[in-house]
Amino acid sequence: MTTQLSRRNILAGALGLGVMITTAACGGDSDSGSDTAGAGYTEPSADLKAKLTYGVWDQTQVDAIQKNIDAFNQKYPGIEVAISVTPFAQYWTKLQTQASSDTLPDLFWMNGPNFQLYAGGKKIDPITGPVKAGAIDPANYPEALTSLYSLDGVQYGVPKDMDTIGVWINTEIFKKAKVDVPTADWTWDDFQTAATAISTALKSDGIYGGAGGMDGQTTYYNTIFEAGGSVVADGKSGYNTPQSQAGLQFWADLIASGGSPTIAQLTDTTADQWFTSGKLGMYWGGSWFRAALAGTDLEKSIQALPLPKGAQQATVIHGVANLVAANSQNKQAAHALQAYLVSQEAQQALGEAGSVIPAFTGTQAAFTKSMPDAGLQVFLDAVEYAKPLPVSANTAAWNAFETKLLPDAFSGSKPVADVTADLASQMDAALAKE
Amino acid sequence: MSSVTSPPRGAAPATTVRKRGLRRDGFWPWLFVAPLVGGVAVFFLWPIVQTAWFSLTEFGVFGGTTFTGLDNYKTLFQNGDLYKSIGNTLIYTVITLFNVPIAVVVASLLNTPGLRGAAVYRVLYFLPYVAMPTAVAMVWRIIFNGDFGVLNYVLGWFGIDGPYWISTPGAAIVAVSIVGLWSLIGFSVIVLGAGLKQIPPDLYEAAELDGASRLRQFRSITVPLLTPSIAFLSIVSVIQGFQMFDLLYAVLGTTNMNPTVFDSMSIVYLFYQAGFVTNEKGMAAAIAMVVLVLVALATVVQFRLQKKWVHLD
Repeated sequence: MTTQLSRRNILAGALGLGVMITTAACGGDSDSGSDTAGAGYTEPSADLKAKLTYGVWDQTQVDAIQKNIDAFNQKYPGIEVAISVTPFAQYWTKLQTQASSDTLPDLFWMNGPNFQLYAGGKKIDPITGPVKAGAIDPANYPEALTSLYSLDGVQYGVPKDMDTIGVWINTEIFKKAKVDVPTADWTWDDFQTAATAISTALKSDGIYGGAGGMDGQTTYYNTIFEAGGSVVADGKSGYNTPQSQAGLQFWADLIASGGSPTIAQLTDTTADQWFTSGKLGMYWGGSWFRAALAGTDLEKSIQALPLPKGAQQATVIHGVANLVAANSQNKQAAHALQAYLVSQEAQQALGEAGSVIPAFTGTQAAFTKSMPDAGLQVFLDAVEYAKPLPVSANTAAWNAFETKLLPDAFSGSKPVADVTADLASQMDAALAKE
Repeated sequence: MSSVTSPPRGAAPATTVRKRGLRRDGFWPWLFVAPLVGGVAVFFLWPIVQTAWFSLTEFGVFGGTTFTGLDNYKTLFQNGDLYKSIGNTLIYTVITLFNVPIAVVVASLLNTPGLRGAAVYRVLYFLPYVAMPTAVAMVWRIIFNGDFGVLNYVLGWFGIDGPYWISTPGAAIVAVSIVGLWSLIGFSVIVLGAGLKQIPPDLYEAAELDGASRLRQFRSITVPLLTPSIAFLSIVSVIQGFQMFDLLYAVLGTTNMNPTVFDSMSIVYLFYQAGFVTNEKGMAAAIAMVVLVLVALATVVQFRLQKKWVHLD
C-alpha cells in the first residue's frame, strides 16, 4: 500500500512539473505590450534608483559607451547600467527570443532592416513622451536616418551613429597605372573608364580598377538611387523599372568590361579584402571602412571621393538606434538613458572616442580629423543627398531573393530586365505576406 | 528499463512475475531512470510534439500561431528548394561515407605489428576531429580560395585550372563534402583501431601458416571481424550527413554574402534559412519534420541491411 501511495505521489509530482513547464512555455504568448507607454515621459529626478540592461553587438564600442554611461551616472548616480554584448551573428536570434518571451533588455541597439519587425510587433516603446518633454529633438539628426526609425507616423528612436557610402581610392595604384585620380564631380562614365583603364594596365599584377559585390548597401542600392530608381516603395518592389535596371546594369557593365573581378572572385575574396591587400584601385565602401585603413601602410595613399554621379547624386545612409523595450520595468530610467546617449554632450564624446560617426549634426568633426589628408568630409557632406537603407517589415525575406537572383544579372548570363521581373514578382509575394 | 524489471527469459508465467516484480521494487526503478526519462521527455519528445504542431501553423515572429493545416507542407513539396537540398544532402552523405573504407585501410596500417610511431600517426589522424570546427572551416576557406588558395596553386603545377571552389554551384557542395570526409576519418580510425584490438592474433597466425597473403588476411579476417564497428560508423556518418549544417555555414558563408549557398543548401540549412533568416517558423517546423522522417527512415533501413552483412559472434 505504502509503495503504491508513493508511486502516486511521484506521478502527481511529475504531472505538476509537466504543468509548470507547459504554463511556462505558454507564458510567452500573453500580450503584455502596452500602447500608451512612452507618452507620459517626464525627466526623472536625480535620485531615481533603477537597474538597466543595455544590449549592444559591437565590443569595439564598449569603452566609448562606458564613458557615456559614466557621464550619465554623474547626473543619475542611482541608475545602474549593465552593458550586455552579443556578437552580431547571434544578436538577432537572441533578440527575437527575448522579444518573444518579453525579456528584452531595457535599452538595446536596433538597425534599419530589423526595426519594423519589432515596432510592428509592439516590442518597442516609442519616444513620443521624451520628444514632447523636450528630452530628444529629432531635428538634430539627419532626416533620412530618423525616418528609418519611424513606423506609421510614430517615432520609436533616433540614431546614435551614422554611416554613408563613398569611394575609397588607392592613389598609389592610379600612379602605377598612369591614370589620373578623378575629382569629386565625377560621373558614372568617369568611373567605368578609370576602372577599365587600371584593370587593363595592371592586369599582369592581378590588380583591378573597381569592384562590385553582393552587398547592396555599399554597391547596387546606391546606383539604383542614383539612376532615380527604388528598391522598395509603398510595400512594392521597385526593381522592375527602367531606372532600377540602369542601376544594376552599371555593375553588369563593370564586370563585363573587366573593370571588376567576377562575382565568384568577389565571393571568395570580398571587395574590401581586395582593397586592403593593395589589389583594388577604387572601393565602394562605407565610412566605417576608415577603421580598417587607419594605421596601415595604405593609409598615406588613401583618398575618399563622393560616389560618381548618375542621373542624380545619391548615397545610402544607415545608423544604429537605441530603443526602449516595451516590456521594460524601468521605462522612465531607460528613456532618460536613451535621451542622454543621443544628447550633444554624449555624441561629442562618442565621436572623439573614434569608433563611429555620431549622428548628432555638428558633432562629427573628430571623424574627419582622424585621417586629415584623406578628405573624409565627403562622407558627412553626403548626408545632404542621402537616402535611407531600403527596408520593410521582413527585410531579410527579400534580401535572400536579391542574393539568389541578382548574380545572373551581374554576370551577364541573363538580361538585367529578365532578372528584375523575376525578382520583383518574388519580392512582391514576400512583401504581401507582411 | 527492461533490464531492470523483466524477469529472466524462460521463467514461468511471465506476466504475473513482472507484476510482482514491479510491486516489489516499488518506485525505486522509476526514480533511477527519472533523470534520463525526464530529460528525454522534456528536451526531445515534447519538442517533437510541439514541432509537429507548429508545422501545421503559421507561426508569428514573436510567437502566436494560426492553424493553417497542411499549407506549409504543400508549399514545401511544390518548392524545388526542398528537392535540391535533399539532393545536396545525399551528395554530402555519400561522399563522407567514404571515410569508413579509408579509415579501415588506415586503421589496419596503423595496427601493423612493429610500426614505429603509431601513436604519433594516430594523434595526427585524430587532430581534425578535436580541432574547433569553425577554425577548421576558416582554414579550408582560405585553402579553397579561387585566386589565392593553396589548392588551386598546387593544381596549377599539374596544369589544372581549379574552379572557384566555394563560389561555383556544384563545386561548392563537393568542396564542403571533402572537408567533412577529412574531418571524420580521425574518429573512424580510433573506433576501428579499438575494433582491431578485439581480433585475436592467433587468427592471423593460423592464416599465415595456411599461406594466406597479407591482402587475403585483410579481406578474410580483418574486414569481416570489423563489420560491427563499420556498421556503427556508417550509421553515425549517415545521421551526421543528414544533419549537416555547421560546416556548410562556416565554409560557404551566409546567403547574404555568397549566392552559391542557395545551390548548395543542405536540408538543415534550408530549415535554418526559413526559421532564422526569413522568419517563416511554421515552414521551418515542417522542414524539421521532413528531416526527422528522413533520418528515421535511413536509420531503419541501415539497421535492417546490417543484419545481412554484419558479423556478430
